[in-house]
Amino acid sequence: MSATTAAEARPNAMAGAVKDAAITALVALGLFIPIVGLRTDVSPSGTLMLRQRWGDVAILVGIAFAGRLAMLAWRAFRGEAKPASAARTEAIRKAGKSVAPVLLALAVVLPFIPGTGRYELDLGILVLTYVMLGWGLNIVVGLAGLLDLGYVAFYAVGAYSYALLATTFGLSFWVCLPLAGILAAFWGILLGFPVLRLRGDYLAIVTLAFGEIIRVVLINWASLTGGPNGITGIPRPSFFGLTFSAGGGPGSFADFFGIEPSPTHRVVFLYYLILALALLTNWISIRLRRQPLGRAWEALREDEIACRALGINVTTTKLTAFALGAMFAGFAGSFFATRQGFISPESFTFIESAIILAIVVLGGMGSQIGIALAALVMIGGFEVFRDLDEWRMLVFGGAMVLIMVVRPRGLVGHRTPSVALREKRSIGAEHVAEGHG
Amino acid sequence: MSAPMLAIEGAWTRYGAVEALRDVSIEVGQREIVTLVGANGAGKSTLLMTICGAPQAQKGRVLFEGRDITRMPTHEIMRLGLAQVPEGRRVFPRMSVMENLLMGAQVAGHDPKPLLDQVFALFPRLEERQAQRGGTLSGGEQQMLAIGRAMMSKPRLLLLDEPSLGLAPLIVRQIFSAIRDLNEKEGLTVLLVEQNANQALRLAHRGYVLVNGRITLRGSGQELLAMPEVRDAYLGGGH
Repeated sequence: MSATTAAEARPNAMAGAVKDAAITALVALGLFIPIVGLRTDVSPSGTLMLRQRWGDVAILVGIAFAGRLAMLAWRAFRGEAKPASAARTEAIRKAGKSVAPVLLALAVVLPFIPGTGRYELDLGILVLTYVMLGWGLNIVVGLAGLLDLGYVAFYAVGAYSYALLATTFGLSFWVCLPLAGILAAFWGILLGFPVLRLRGDYLAIVTLAFGEIIRVVLINWASLTGGPNGITGIPRPSFFGLTFSAGGGPGSFADFFGIEPSPTHRVVFLYYLILALALLTNWISIRLRRQPLGRAWEALREDEIACRALGINVTTTKLTAFALGAMFAGFAGSFFATRQGFISPESFTFIESAIILAIVVLGGMGSQIGIALAALVMIGGFEVFRDLDEWRMLVFGGAMVLIMVVRPRGLVGHRTPSVALREKRSIGAEHVAEGHG
Repeated sequence: MSAPMLAIEGAWTRYGAVEALRDVSIEVGQREIVTLVGANGAGKSTLLMTICGAPQAQKGRVLFEGRDITRMPTHEIMRLGLAQVPEGRRVFPRMSVMENLLMGAQVAGHDPKPLLDQVFALFPRLEERQAQRGGTLSGGEQQMLAIGRAMMSKPRLLLLDEPSLGLAPLIVRQIFSAIRDLNEKEGLTVLLVEQNANQALRLAHRGYVLVNGRITLRGSGQELLAMPEVRDAYLGGGH
């Protein structure tokens, strides 16, 4: 391009950018007037009153305008987006290889890091629960490609299974854990049968309804589930028969090992329990991916008709994906019940399914490490920004949008082939058009 | 003559109220290449799918090596020793070429190593691209992959649905010559469905013409090529 045309193009580009930013500001104005501009408060006399905050709206609209302008300027400065070079992909892949062991080591030693208190451990337990749920849902969504919006139903089945079995029959956690998994898997198959012929959005609607049905049944079947009041007094897990009572005493964990009784013991124990359960989920997923069943799941995600043409039994392949995904949710659910000691239908709303699905999608569907990172960012980040109060959801939403803009295929978007006969090579996202697969 | 590899006897197939196949009878002998030609919507693909049991024939029978497979579930039929290359190739786009090929071997459960060597000998391009994703291959390479994937189950009968679809003439010649090789060297029986009647009939020992769900003509490939009806309808007049 010659110098004159470049000079002519510049004012045009400037005007275009300002116009673009103005439109962005207009959209922001439309959004923030109802969201931020008008606020209902309780007046001193006890009635509702409308408070107007036009100053805040102006600041936000200004930020949107300036932000959009800065983004356009950065784009123009950087020029056309270059695809990542092969060397860079390779470097990222090498770095990625060390991320998993580092994270794992960190997770294992976390309770012994000085400064780790009750709060950090509880947060760790929460994050690991979502990591496990993400890995479980990944079997259904990431590997088999079956969009499930009602995954929390199986989490609920697992939690209620343990709670009811333990409070009614006095069964221990270790007996109930596999039972809860089996029951959840059974419900997974039950859901799987009617939706065998559905895919994509149709499947999503049915699974969404299934999740709601389970929750509504839990609320209304009060004689069994306690209805909205939930179930209280769920027994805590024991460590090979040793209890974690705060006061110590005979038969307790502290007494047996001759250490000072401390309420932290149970938290540490719960932490390692969920870590072990999550790692079990991970290990089984990774193993299965290399087995014929796992490969059939991935093939099913890619092309169902081709699967049929190759003689794959599509019915059993789908049902095993639903069953296994549900089983891990069931494990996680019974862990949730034993950790909380109290469960109610409120813990199993649609937003939980949405968060778990968001973790899987943001992590990069099918990537184990990506899902762990996404869970850490989403759940951990949500806690870190607790001080922001009502702005927290805004940060949360903004972070999700940002991840999808910067990494449209998820945090870890490449898929490592599960087999290699001669030479192993992973293929970066740049070789595949966006929107495929 | 020994029993035919595949026989369809008076098959009727319908989608809802629409009759796609009406009283169709064809035979495919051992080590034969049989071509089925017909216009769009004549029922060619339906005939192949009926063999695979999806959809099943409402009336009539499908016999594979003398065994009635009319009412068998699709995944069981595909384990008997026949393989299908579906219309539009349908390779698994995010899986590597190697993974695609191994998917073909999975159900039959033969040792994949010698089969891989055989496929790579037939299509050296696939060996070069074994680590590449299926979706990134060219159309011709995807067709090679689809055929190679089907061959990984060591079939005795190969069903091919429009392998020339959307491919350059040079590539079509390569694909067809590979099919001929498989037939002559490996003794593979082939049922080929094609719109590209000229080349397909040249390749075939025998052929059938399907019009509106009925078989209207049959004969050897050369006979059909010479028939004026075939020339007018499928070969663009004085070809």
